[in-house]
Amino acid sequence: MTPHTEHNGQHIDSAGTYILVFLGLIALTVLTTAVAFVDLGDFSVVAALGIAVCKMLLVALFFMHVRHSTKLTRLVLVGALVWLGILIFLTLSDFATRGFTGVPGR
Amino acid sequence: MASEAHHAETLALREQFDTEEQQKDASTLGMWIFLITEIMFFGGLFLAYTVYRSWYPQIFAVASSSLNVYIGAANTVVLLCSSLTMVLAVRAAQLGRQKSIVWFLILTLILGGVFLGVKAYEWNEKFVEHHIPGPSFHFEGIANQGPAQLFFSLYFAMTGLHALHMVIGAGLLITLIFQARKGRFSASYMTPVDVVGLYWHFVDIIWIFLFPLLYLIDRHLGR
Repeated sequence: MTPHTEHNGQHIDSAGTYILVFLGLIALTVLTTAVAFVDLGDFSVVAALGIAVCKMLLVALFFMHVRHSTKLTRLVLVGALVWLGILIFLTLSDFATRGFTGVPGR
Repeated sequence: MASEAHHAETLALREQFDTEEQQKDASTLGMWIFLITEIMFFGGLFLAYTVYRSWYPQIFAVASSSLNVYIGAANTVVLLCSSLTMVLAVRAAQLGRQKSIVWFLILTLILGGVFLGVKAYEWNEKFVEHHIPGPSFHFEGIANQGPAQLFFSLYFAMTGLHALHMVIGAGLLITLIFQARKGRFSASYMTPVDVVGLYWHFVDIIWIFLFPLLYLIDRHLGR
């Protein structure tokens, strides 16, 4: 079975691949909605975001053709996620550690 | 000259590129770089949401639980359907199937319209319930209205900005539909369909994160 065909030098996935990915996305949507009604404590955030990341990867890799894209495009993408990580990590490292010393204003 | 006119019409290969493949890779990379600026743009809002949610977890949980999770989930499904039709439109363009391109783009446009319609219905509900931040804001059952207003400010900023992107996407789709009807796209030239596809899927990914963050997290606490 060939998952995709070559045409004019570009990769063309089969319609079946896209429908499978779509069904996976629907299943994950149902799962994340169902899990929201279960009390998992702090883990509910992890579960919700974990499922969202899985859905993002499915959309990016298949629908946005990242799995067929050039190395340069992938590098730029990973760079963007690292930069977003810096934004979130540095900001939260401030807000999360305020009041650690018990000294007002420090 | 006839050959130049033909060249401009099909845009098959601009002179600064060596091959069609190189031209297409350049377009794709350019679109991704634009989308990355969009990631940082939305990233600021996601970060603001994270910080305020960690400051007022209880009130954010209560306010979040006032959103209708079933409408949110149904709208997520609508948007995922539109992503499927969009990717099928791109596939039709890759294969040079003229009629399929037009029909899949029209389906995508209709599904995008349904999403925006449902969103408008939800926003209207918020107006009726006085959940719009401002002088007439009132959230029942909590003493401190400030953090609840913050939640709804972020809710409207994030869903509003997302909806604006959908409206722009719809405009792009309408343009593509007219171009596709004229037979502008073929297996050797379908870059506009491809990059609008990237944009549409990106907007979908933003909603994939907005839905759990706004509707789902801490629902069990808010009841």
